[in-house]
Amino acid sequence: MAGELDSVTRPLAFKIQGLTKSFGNRQVLRGLDLEIEAGKSVTVFGPNGAGKSTLVKILATIMNPTSGTVFINGQDLKQNAWAIRRHIGLITHQTLLYGNLTGRENLEFYGRMFDVPDLKSRIQEMVSLVGMTARQHDRVATLSRGMQQRFAIARALLHKPSIVLMDEPETGLDQEAIPLLWRAMPDNAENVRTVIHVTHSLERGLELGDRFVILDKGKIVYEGVREAIDLAGLKDVYRKSTSMST
Amino acid sequence: MKFWSKVFAIARKDTLSELRSREILSSVLMFALLVIVIYEFAFGGDPDTIKTVAPGMLWTTFVFAGMLSLNRAFIPEKEQGCLEGLMICPVSREAIYAGKAISSLLFMLIIEAIGLIAFTVLFNLPVISLPVITITVFTTIGFVAVGTLFSALSVNTKAREMVLPILFLPIVIPIIIGAVNATQAALASGSFSDVGSWLQIIIAFDVIFSVVSFLTFDFIVVE
Amino acid sequence: MKKITLAILGLVLMLVDLYLVFNWVPVLQNNDGTVNLEQKILYLMIPTAWLAMLAFVITAICGIAFLAKKNEKWDVFAQSSAEVGIVFTTLACAVGAIWAKPAWGVWWDFGTPRLTTTLILWFIFLAYLLVRGLASEAYRGAVFASVVAIIGLADIPLIILSTTLWGNVSTMHPKEIVFQGGLDPKQGMLVGISVTTFTILFVWLLLLIDSIKRDEIELKRLKELNQA
Repeated sequence: MAGELDSVTRPLAFKIQGLTKSFGNRQVLRGLDLEIEAGKSVTVFGPNGAGKSTLVKILATIMNPTSGTVFINGQDLKQNAWAIRRHIGLITHQTLLYGNLTGRENLEFYGRMFDVPDLKSRIQEMVSLVGMTARQHDRVATLSRGMQQRFAIARALLHKPSIVLMDEPETGLDQEAIPLLWRAMPDNAENVRTVIHVTHSLERGLELGDRFVILDKGKIVYEGVREAIDLAGLKDVYRKSTSMST
Repeated sequence: MKFWSKVFAIARKDTLSELRSREILSSVLMFALLVIVIYEFAFGGDPDTIKTVAPGMLWTTFVFAGMLSLNRAFIPEKEQGCLEGLMICPVSREAIYAGKAISSLLFMLIIEAIGLIAFTVLFNLPVISLPVITITVFTTIGFVAVGTLFSALSVNTKAREMVLPILFLPIVIPIIIGAVNATQAALASGSFSDVGSWLQIIIAFDVIFSVVSFLTFDFIVVE
Repeated sequence: MKKITLAILGLVLMLVDLYLVFNWVPVLQNNDGTVNLEQKILYLMIPTAWLAMLAFVITAICGIAFLAKKNEKWDVFAQSSAEVGIVFTTLACAVGAIWAKPAWGVWWDFGTPRLTTTLILWFIFLAYLLVRGLASEAYRGAVFASVVAIIGLADIPLIILSTTLWGNVSTMHPKEIVFQGGLDPKQGMLVGISVTTFTILFVWLLLLIDSIKRDEIELKRLKELNQA
């Protein structure tokens, strides 16, 4: 697959087959099959220990699967992890920012690492998007948690990724910034952005997503689309899985 | 040469961060200078004794200071998940290793330079000479080659920084032997020929471990 | 079945070996006319030192195999080899010290490359076993340990080289009378027999510990299966 972004034949953003992940004897993901079209927004729910963060790490290419195949934008994770990384932005509950550096310097660093063209103007753009122009020259460690997370969003979207992976991105984010995060999502050159959003909160997740997946004990126990949502069924499965995990 | 530009971007980031906080430079440097002063009192202040044990003093100081410095290489990466931040970048794991190694090398060389000056001033020993500087540079490369790998390893364990000495010290014994004897030869005669065979061991160590660490780094940082 | 054969063979050979050490091999005379009994420790020291090294090489090679193939069995074998190895290394160092005192007048001499290398090997084994336990989980511990073993393996030639060079210039180094030439052919043969005997003992212990570990893992796996 050549990965051509054509409105007629667009490759799947994610094609996951038989994905497993074990840490020694402990099986965290027990065989996931999932296909996500480009431009879709998928919310992944699940109790603690379901394997959500592990899934995100594998898709972000920072963890290797134990078995199974993962194709991102038509490219095999095993062979082309390097190339795939250019298209992925990661927002987690950790900011991934260096405390001693200023917000701007952090963005300069990541910009260099991602080979972002017109870095200076792009940084200017992102910094004002997240409303941090006034504080961009302050050391990140001196900023409040909410402000740090804003810079984290700027960092994640700096290189215009066509895929955004989010693991509890709203952690620490102040109230004003939350809509900011979601407004920033559609910003992309080709205007196609695939989002995978992992969250604990059923309400939040249901608000923003085209598709819903519930993960429990390393397996997908529910899959549904917004247009044909079986709300009662989803909530039922969700409640069952969260109550079973202690 | 995208590889090298990313390597230097990482090294530059580390240097910038260090310049801001001066954590390594101040605390490790203070430690090194204090250790040197303690040696004066430990050896009774007798100039002949000092002269005999000088190479040993120099290298034990540098080894301990080196360990403190190397520990700091990956601790900031653990905060706020920065190591993950590096790994999501389109940069090879080996480039991360190289970038970290270069910044650690820089910090250690700065501390050692000041250490050598302190040695000259406090003990009146001719350690600022080309042979000794050469020995110092090559030995430090060896320290950093292995130390960067082990630092990444230790930071991912339960005991963190305390694991580094256990791994690091046995492995660097060959270059410590080499460095001490080479320094001794350099102080005694000041010529490169006597230093030669010891220097060869150090350089062999540098080459072997740069390669081995480079190749195995991926296993340490990827889960 | 194989293990029992080894065990019996090892036991028999050990008894034969002991007999030969004390009754067959000619006893040396010291320069001052006294009997050099402590020389006999050679037949314990050479095998243990050799096996310490062998155990380490096995650990390192299995470590490489584990990293390449990701199959747990390599790691279990590596760990077993390390556990048996550290025992032999401790023995080699202790025996070396016990011999050094009457022979050289000191408990230890860093000028002997063999002794020093064995001591450093002991530390590397220790580091290998410690790192396993200190990692956040078993699999990562195994990966870390394998890397430590590989680094150690790369280091061994350098350790031997540097300690030998250093031994030559070290002022405290007495002459190694026993090791320099002129070994009675009977002594040479006995060294060979001792090495073989101890190697069989080593292999038996290694296979035993490996199978115990594998049984433990199987037991754990079955328990988990039962619970799920």
